[in-house]
Formats: sequence, structure tokens, C-alpha cells
Amino acid sequence: MRDLLDDIDRWRAAGKKIALARVVDIQGSGPREAGASMAVNEDGEVIGSVSGGCVESAVVTEALAILAGEQPSRVVTFGYSDDEAFAVGLTCGGIIHLFIQPLEW
Amino acid sequence: MSAYDIFSSHVRDNSPVALATVIEGPNTGAILVVTPQGVVGGTLGNDDIDRVVARDTAGELEAGRTIVRHYGPHGESTPEDLVETDTVRVFIESFSPPPLMWIFGAVDFTAALARVAKVLGYHVTVCDAREIFATRRRFPMADEVRVTWPTPMFTERGERLGPRDAVCILTHDPKFDVPAIQGALATKVGYIGVMGSRKTHAKRLERLAEVGVTNPAELSRLHSPIGLDLGGRTPEETAISIVGEIIAARTGREARSLGATDGPIH
Repeated sequence: MRDLLDDIDRWRAAGKKIALARVVDIQGSGPREAGASMAVNEDGEVIGSVSGGCVESAVVTEALAILAGEQPSRVVTFGYSDDEAFAVGLTCGGIIHLFIQPLEW
Repeated sequence: MSAYDIFSSHVRDNSPVALATVIEGPNTGAILVVTPQGVVGGTLGNDDIDRVVARDTAGELEAGRTIVRHYGPHGESTPEDLVETDTVRVFIESFSPPPLMWIFGAVDFTAALARVAKVLGYHVTVCDAREIFATRRRFPMADEVRVTWPTPMFTERGERLGPRDAVCILTHDPKFDVPAIQGALATKVGYIGVMGSRKTHAKRLERLAEVGVTNPAELSRLHSPIGLDLGGRTPEETAISIVGEIIAARTGREARSLGATDGPIH
């Protein structure tokens, strides 16, 4: 999150609503450790990353839904990638748990 | 000030801080900002849980760990207290100050190493006794440039160095690198690398013996000649081989190609 602070400050100064997504746990093989984070503002601008690019776009969708009040702050889990269309997961076979919340604290 | 403002100002000041966030249970999303001195912002909902989580968070911060812990709604943490009660899952995230790298010798290799070290998040100090070489102008990427001999540098702040930190001695000059090695060996620094050819290394061992540094346990802490055997030549390639060795020293790996090994990658 250290790397995100400059952009977050800029967004806050501009009065943008921001959602913060942080990796809280990884099971099995995963490209990033707990603490990896990304932030999404209400305009859909994105900074940071939480995997090797496998789940970021799904995280943006979840983050925007939380910012819009359609979903509560919560833990979102992405699991094994399989052959089914639209399945979102880590190609490396791990399971990633993210906590996504509005940055209103 | 908001909890976020308090948190971010600590991160910017490079002072240790941790966030405890309720990720499941009552008050999901609530935040507590904790430093080694205690709570500096936010609340998880009641004084009881704040007190218990603050104590645990300070412990995790001390160890530099990031972890999920479980409590009852008032901070209950023994397994019997957690039966038939709401569980509060708390994500504790530690933000330790960046690791330190001290580079002795203001040479071309120094600039390349400082650049690469910055990519890895080190706070970099370049140190050389020669005023005309140790300048900000030559090392704009370093966090700090010190004109000093090694001994006073280690006397003044050697105790700041710990297992996450690195000392890289690139001087090649015995009157500078011998006291730098002695100074580094007197600290708890995790990595000590010393540049030079194999011939220089052999001569350096003789000079160290002359000043009484002969203990094999001490000498085994030296990575000399510095760096992994990548076969590179340029300052930039050398810098990569040095930080590669630092990472491998930390993880205890042999730094072979993954294609040539088995077992888990991480």
C-alpha cells in the first residue's frame, strides 16, 4: 500500500470515492503476498496490483459494486482457474482472499 | 485527522505502523492504527477489542508480520471463549520502515547498485571519505550521501542495522574496506558483501588477519567476492548479481534456474 499513497492522496484531494482491495491470505502458490493491494476510484481508475494480472479486472468490478453501495465491504475469494468460460482464478493454481472496502476511514 | 491520514503520515516518515482491519464479523471495515507505542487512530468498535487487538498488532509489527487473527466481539481470544459467539476476523498488516543498504565507496558500481536497491525498496546510504566523489550530484538516487570514514559511521549508527539490512563494500581499497568490514561484523546486519577479484579477496583476508579478524564464523558472514556468478560485467549487471545474492542469502536458496530445480517456487 506504501506505493499507492501518492495517488490515493491525489484522489482524496479531488474528492473521489475510493475502494481499497488488499490480499489478506493466499493458499497454495500465489504471485503476491498478503498485503499486496490495489485501489480503484469511482471513475474506474486503477492503481497497484494484487496478483500477476489474473484477477485484477474481477477485483475492479467488485470494487465498483462496493463503491456504488450494491455490495458491502467483504472478503472476496478467487480460486482455482479451470476450463470453464469466464472462470476467474490464478493460473498458478492458488487461492487468493482479498478484503475490499471503501477507503472511508 | 482521519485514521488514513495518521497511518499515511507514519508510512511517509518511515516510522513503523500497522493497520488492524475487521474483515469479517461485527463492524466489518473498522480500522485500528497501531504503532509500537500503542493505538494512534481508529477503533474496532469497543475498548475491549481495541485493547487486545492493539497488543497483538504491536507484537506482529515488531516481527514485521502480516496475518489474519480471530477474536470474540470483545477481544476474546482463547478457543473456549470463542465457542458459540460471533467471530471477528482481523487482518493485521505491518508496515515496517524500509530495509537499509549502506554502500561504501563512491564508484560507478555504487550508482548502479543504489538504483537497483531503490527498486527493491531499500533506504540507501552512500558513504565515502573522499569529498569530491561522495556528492549528491553523482548519486541523486541515494537517500543519503555521507562523507565519512567507515569507523565513525558504524560507531555512530551501526546499531540501527539488523537482519533485513545490507552493507555493500565496493571500495577495493584496504585502508577503507578493512575498517568497513570490521565495523559491519560488529553489527547484526544480515548481509555483508565485499567487492574485489579473487586475488583481492585473498589479500584482504591477510589484512583482516593482521588486525585480528580470523574467526571462521565471522569470516563466513562475508560474501566476497560480492555477487552471484552471473557472468555480467557492467555496473548494472553487477548490481543485479549483488541484489540477487542478497535475496538468495535471505531465502536460503541456491539461486539456480527454476527450470533446473524441483519443488515449490515460493
